[in-house]
Formats: sequence, structure tokens, C-alpha cells
Amino acid sequence: MDFKTFYNEVVTDHNMHPLHKHAIENPDFEMEGVNPSCGDEITLQLKVKDGVITEGGFVGDGCAISQASADIMIDMVIGKKTEEALHLADLFIRMIKSEASPEEIDELQEAGALADISHMPARVKCAVLGWHTLDEMIGKKD
Amino acid sequence: MTDQELKDNVIKYRKLFPLLSQDIAYLDNAATTQKPVAVLDAMKAYYEEDNANPFRGVYDLSERATERYEEARAKTAAFINASTPEEIVFVRNATEALNLLAYSWCEDNISEGDEIVVSVMEHHSDFLPWKYMAEKKNAKLVKLEPDETGAVTDEALDKCLSDKTKLVAITQVSNVLGRVNDIKHIAEKVHAAGALISVDGAQSVPHMKVDVRDMDADFLSFSGHKMYGPMGIGALYAKKKHLEKLRPFMYGGEMIATVHWDRVTYAEIPHKFEAGTVNVGGAVGLSAAIDFINEVGWDIMEKQEEKLTLKAVNGIKEINGIRLIGSDRPEDHKGIVTFMVDDVHPHDVADIMGRAGVCVRAGHHCAQPLMDHLGVKSTCRASFAFYNTEEEVDKFLTELSKVRGLMGYGF
Ligand SMILES: Cc1ncc(COP(=O)(O)O)c(C=O)c1O
Repeated sequence: MDFKTFYNEVVTDHNMHPLHKHAIENPDFEMEGVNPSCGDEITLQLKVKDGVITEGGFVGDGCAISQASADIMIDMVIGKKTEEALHLADLFIRMIKSEASPEEIDELQEAGALADISHMPARVKCAVLGWHTLDEMIGKKD
Repeated sequence: MTDQELKDNVIKYRKLFPLLSQDIAYLDNAATTQKPVAVLDAMKAYYEEDNANPFRGVYDLSERATERYEEARAKTAAFINASTPEEIVFVRNATEALNLLAYSWCEDNISEGDEIVVSVMEHHSDFLPWKYMAEKKNAKLVKLEPDETGAVTDEALDKCLSDKTKLVAITQVSNVLGRVNDIKHIAEKVHAAGALISVDGAQSVPHMKVDVRDMDADFLSFSGHKMYGPMGIGALYAKKKHLEKLRPFMYGGEMIATVHWDRVTYAEIPHKFEAGTVNVGGAVGLSAAIDFINEVGWDIMEKQEEKLTLKAVNGIKEINGIRLIGSDRPEDHKGIVTFMVDDVHPHDVADIMGRAGVCVRAGHHCAQPLMDHLGVKSTCRASFAFYNTEEEVDKFLTELSKVRGLMGYGF
């Protein structure tokens, strides 16, 4: 696969200049996600008010894919209801499994830039780390 | 040997590796090496002509299988200059050899308050078994730390040795730093302190002449698959006097002399440590790999690996934004060159290089305590075998120099 479609500008941009890679104050939710096989790790934090995600951030260390994917995710879910965020997580994970329709990938907006990772088994875990963590964190607590 | 002769030889022997006809630069030889056709043929011939369960049958075929297996043992013993073939126990790999040793030896030789010295650069396979047994026995695990170039100094070693030291576990070549430890010298000190030395030979046996008697190692562990042999076969060398006193590790068929409900006697060494049906096919493959190494010879192998390492280390130093791990002298790297690319995570580096057809490793290399010691989480590693070429190192350097740019960073 072509380098461009994979480490594209969206990914390198979010990796170099993350918007949300910092801790937030008094988070309502916090969870750590790790990929033991490659050592990617993130700690995801969210503030939720009346069922709406009002603030988000993450700290961590890992490859560009894992860090950019988490950054894109947080950017997308801020301002959304938790159910909507869970819906996006579901779409994203299905996209990475090559199970999402083109319309669904459109719905993922910027996160759709990671679609090609579905062809890279070795990197799938990196791309879904943030989304999995989000899913576990807010999916569990109702 | 002139440079041209070396080149010709490398090309000649490289052709004997079917996998290397693929259009990739395979630079992950510390993980596993490719196999020459002689090894593949020997295994095929064994299964086509001599296969039976060894030791069990009295018919001719079973005897041939037994012979093939014992020939492999003798060859392996000679390869590392063991005194007798009985000093070789066949296992699956270095990890199994180290587990066998740690479990069985510590059980009878370690008690509360004793000390086991383990270097911080050990592979997890030479760390976790000792750690487990030390905890089980309420013994102390003492950390031997190399200096920043990866060298084990006398001061560092002296600090670790005491009258409580029972054993020192150390690798002959670090799979991250590539530094060769002077085992002969270390063994002398360890023995003077009244302890034994267990050497992890996983990265040394494939790349240099290892002589267990000359360096006076009590134990040596290694894997066949890192020395052009098949996966699933490796060896534990132990001095006969130690092996005779070692309790079995696994129990079952083939490791016994007599078994009754209330009374069991075990087989002689080394069979006592080889419970169950053994891996004759693997041993035959390892034997062919040793023949192959002997045929090529250390002169060619070491000269080529040194040449590639020199080129890689010097090349890396010329690229902006790349940091070498360990010594910055090429001669301190036994075919293993570990590095970091500024701002770019090692997994991205390995992925980008992999797309360009250069296979390098990224991660903690099963040496997380060393990563902690070095203050890094993970690194990239290129590791050479004699069949690698200068063109491959050039390709490695070219692709490496592009990585930061591709990830959006300036050069
Ligand atoms: C120094 C060292 N020791 C032990 C091992 C373990 O070898 P194996 O996985 O073949 O048991 C390795 C290989 O990864 C190694 O490099």
C-alpha cells in the first residue's frame, strides 16, 4: 500500500500537533488503555455534563497511529452525547474491521482517514486503542 | 582474504538461502535467521528416510532415528567444545534451556538469603525464570548493571559478588546493545567467589566461536533457529558434574530407567532431561546448520558481519536525528545495531521501513529491564547475518534517512 494513504497528512498532523494531548482538570471519566504487544499507552479523560461530553484529553506514549487516532477521536466526541460517542466508536471499530459502508465511513469524518489501516493487521490495535478505551470507559458506566 | 573474495563468498553462500531471493532486506537476524537449503534438505531426508520414534524400537528404522539424533548431539557438543556429548540436553529453545536450569538447579541449590546475580541487560527469558525461583526461595536477585556503553566492568561485577552469591546469569552478547561480554574473565571472578555462571548464548553461538571449556562456563543456553537451524530445537550445555546432580525438569516417558508404583529411577544424563518423544527432525536440522556454519567458516561470517556493522554504525552517525543505543564504537556491536529516531516512535519507523522492504525490529526486544535502565520505552534494531550485503545496509540507511521527513519533521 502507498505510504501516503496510510501515514497521511491527517495522521502526521495530529501526531505532531495534537489538539488534546494533555490532562484535563477533574475528569469525570478516566481510563488507561495499553497495547501490551507494542507498548502503546494512553490515559483517556473526559468531562461529561448532562450526558454530553464537554471536555476531553489524553496523555500517553506510543506510535503515531495510536496517538493521532486518540487525538482525532477526542476532537470528534467533544460536544456529543455519550451515546453518540459510543455509536462512533462502534462505527470506527467496524471500519477497521472492513465492515463499515462508505456512508458510515463518511459519518466518521476525519477519523475516516484511518480507514486503510484495516489492511494492516499489525497496526489495527494501534488505531483502535483510543476508541476501545472510550467504549469501555463510558459504555460500562450507565 | 581480499575484499573481493569476501564479496564473492557472501554471494555464493547467500544463494543457498531460498527465502533470500525475495526482494527484501532482512535485517532482523537476532530474532531469527533464514535457513539454508542444506538444513531444509536434511530435515526432509530425515522424515523421508529415517523417521521413527527413537530409543523405543529395536527395529532398524528406530535405531537409525536414534543414531541421527545422537549424531546431532555429538555435533552440537563439538561445536561449542563440550567435553562429551552427554553434556548437551536438547530442548526447544534458549528459553526452555534457561527454565530447565533455573527450576531444577535453584530447587536444590538456592535457599533463603542466597543471592543470584542477573544482569539488567538480560532477555526476559534469562530474567524471569531466575526472578521466579528467587522469589519462591526467598533468595535475593542482585542486579548487575553495565556501563552506558554496555560493558560489564570489574567494579560493577565485584559489587554484586559476595559470599552469598550462588549463581551469575549473564548473556554473552546482548540482543539490544550488541556488546560482547568477556565471559572467560567474568567466569574466573564468579568462580573465585565460589559461584557458578550460566551464560545465555542465544546471540553469541550463532555469530562467533564459543568454547565452553576455554571460557569455563558452567551452563550455556542457545537456540537453533537463530543459527540457521530450524525453530523448535535448542540446547542446554551443562558441565557433566553439574548435570549429574541436576534434578529432572519434566517427567514422563523416555527420561526414566524403571518405574513402579512406589519406586522410580531416572535415565542417565542427558536423557533424564528429555522427557517425551524428542525432536529428531529439529536436531537433524541443527546438525546440518552446524555443518553449514563450519563450511562457511567464522572467518567469512565474522568479517562480513563486522563490515556490515561498521557501515551501519558509521552511516547512522551521519544521519541527523538518529541516536545510537549503547556504544558508539562499531567494534562494540556484534552485528546488532539499536537506535532511536527523534520524534518518531519505533513502531512507525519499523512500519515505514518495512513498506520500503527493509525488515527491522521495533519494541522492547524482550528486555524491558534494560529499556528502563536506558530510560527508553522501545527502540529499533537492525541485526545482521553474514548473508546480508553492503547494498542492503545502503538501502537501510537510505530509507532510515527518509523517515523523519515522511512523518512531517524537518531533517
Ligand atoms: C539474548 C537472548 N536470550 C534468549 C532469547 C530467547 O530465545 P528463544 O526465543 O529462541 O528461546 C533471545 C531471543 O530472542 C535472545 O536474544
